[in-house]
Amino acid sequence: MGGKRLSGWFDRRGWSDVLIAAPYIWLLLFFLLPFLIVVGMSVATKTSTAPPFSFGGDYPLINLQGYVRAVSDTLYFRSFITSLVSAGIATVFCLLIGYPMALALTRVSKSWRNILLMLVILPFWTSFLLRVYAWMGLMGKSSWFNVGITKIWNALVPAGWAVDFMPMMHSNFAVVLVMVYTYLPFMILPLYASLERLDPTLDEAALDLGSRPWQVFLDVTLPQSIPGIVAGGMLVFIPAAGELVIPTLVGDAASPMIGRVISDQFSSARDWPMASSIAVVLLVLMVVPAMIYGHFQAKAEGSK
Amino acid sequence: MAAAGEPFLRIENVSKFFGSFQAVKDVSLDVAKGEIFSLLGGSGCGKTTLLRMLAGFEEPSSGKIFLDGRDMTGVPPWSRPVHMMFQSYALFPHMSVEKNIGYGLKHEAMSSQQKADRVREMLELVQLVPYATRKPHQISGGQRQRVALARALARQPKLLLLDEPLAALDKKLRERTQFELMSIQHRTGVTFIVVTHDQEEAMTLSDRIAVMDKGEVRQIGKPGEVYEFPNSRFVADFIGSITSFPVTVVERVSKQLRLSVPALGGDVLARDVPGLVEGQEATLAIRPEKLHISKERPEGANAFQGTVKDLAYFGKDSLYRVVLPSGALVQAHAVNASRGGEATRAADWDDRVWISFDPSSAIVLTE
Repeated sequence: MGGKRLSGWFDRRGWSDVLIAAPYIWLLLFFLLPFLIVVGMSVATKTSTAPPFSFGGDYPLINLQGYVRAVSDTLYFRSFITSLVSAGIATVFCLLIGYPMALALTRVSKSWRNILLMLVILPFWTSFLLRVYAWMGLMGKSSWFNVGITKIWNALVPAGWAVDFMPMMHSNFAVVLVMVYTYLPFMILPLYASLERLDPTLDEAALDLGSRPWQVFLDVTLPQSIPGIVAGGMLVFIPAAGELVIPTLVGDAASPMIGRVISDQFSSARDWPMASSIAVVLLVLMVVPAMIYGHFQAKAEGSK
Repeated sequence: MAAAGEPFLRIENVSKFFGSFQAVKDVSLDVAKGEIFSLLGGSGCGKTTLLRMLAGFEEPSSGKIFLDGRDMTGVPPWSRPVHMMFQSYALFPHMSVEKNIGYGLKHEAMSSQQKADRVREMLELVQLVPYATRKPHQISGGQRQRVALARALARQPKLLLLDEPLAALDKKLRERTQFELMSIQHRTGVTFIVVTHDQEEAMTLSDRIAVMDKGEVRQIGKPGEVYEFPNSRFVADFIGSITSFPVTVVERVSKQLRLSVPALGGDVLARDVPGLVEGQEATLAIRPEKLHISKERPEGANAFQGTVKDLAYFGKDSLYRVVLPSGALVQAHAVNASRGGEATRAADWDDRVWISFDPSSAIVLTE
């Protein structure tokens, strides 16, 4: 038939090899090569030439100064901690908000499911910057959102704690809030994908064997959705930890996140080796736990 | 224990609507303690809905279910002393065989030693001790079926529901498992309710069968009763196969009915059915294995001549399709008792043959 002829044609021409190789070539060209360039820069020495770094000749071939500062200077260390903690909090909130939403998506009728799934994806249709600016407006002193929250706060707390407005802008709170908002779909979609695959008769089996609905959730649904939780968690945590735009626009300049530090080192400080060193450390911090998880996941899959 | 004479499970005028569709229509039946009772019917006959109402996954729209004298209305599935073996087995993929079997015991007030003993006992019952620590995907289909059975039995339910228990097994394994299920039922004494669409499965497993169609129970009886004395064409046709003809009652002669059967081109003598009157129209049904086929004219009544149109050789028996002068087609089964192959069979293609049957084999149905 047509399909068979087509695949035969692919095989004869070696096209299937090309198709398999394509993603690897892509990764090689646009990930591994740039990454090696960054690693190279990270061991160079800062100069006032253009490009502003050099190695060999008058300068040492390998200069680890950037790495030494990246792990010893408290400014960088604090920025790493701020980034990891903010990204961690954002991930936890995305999970707490996203899990019930993903679960609800699997329980509604098919027509409702499509509408709700579209609503989850809908924010991507507007510019990311526009949405961050919208939040800046909402969090500003005189916005209805801030005024409303201030009123509720003042009504609930003793008079001594009353405030004129909520100091939301330019804080790590603002960064986490906007990150949760931005990255929520990245948590919901993989969670939905893993929950949707679960067999509903397993829930019935657990109910039948004496478990109440909340026990069924803990015993049957939650353990089986761990791959989805990990996938969603990584999709939120990794970009959130390196986030640049959100902390720049709504964050606290006094305690910057690491993405902003890298950016500043590249642009205003023009210290490319330093910036590259931090970038490499950040990547190692992100990739090593993911690889460890991947290793155990592969082991678990292998035993199936 | 239920009081003597009181049924263990009583289903009383139960109906179930899904929107305007009535899946179960006014079903009433009683099941005794320790019985294997089958709900038999095609897809959409309401048997699964009835089973789900027993498990508590659905509530009856009207009517009541009593188990051991207790009204089950409004009792959620997790509080019912009823466990189910699912058609897909529904084993928890992330738990080992022993964790699966022990899952229901989580909620029992037992020491962990007692629970471990109980799981061990169940593993021994279904002969899966060496597989205790395996995951469900690491064992075979037949073993999974036994894990599902052990899991459902571990909490000592009053009622065990089995949804198509043998459907996912291949033929050889199915036969063995049938006997295993029966022996486990005898040893544990638990009352089994089996849902199946497979009449052979129902016949071999059950003490009694309820044949269902379009949400209604058409007949309840022992396998032999339902097979030999069906009360309607539906039941006769659903269980086993039949050849049926329209007939008119001619007269009653010494506890037998004389029926006029135009399709056979003559009169037939049949066992008397009370309530039939002369001139009434009815249906004559004959099972293929009750028909004799011979080249010589047999003695006695109910013998008709025809031509073999088709024959199918199954090894242990052969099926003959005989055309009568009226054009009607009759199916007859003959056991291949001697080992002569084609030379010794009763008839061949296009042979003129006599088909005959005993008056007691003729089933006369008014429905």
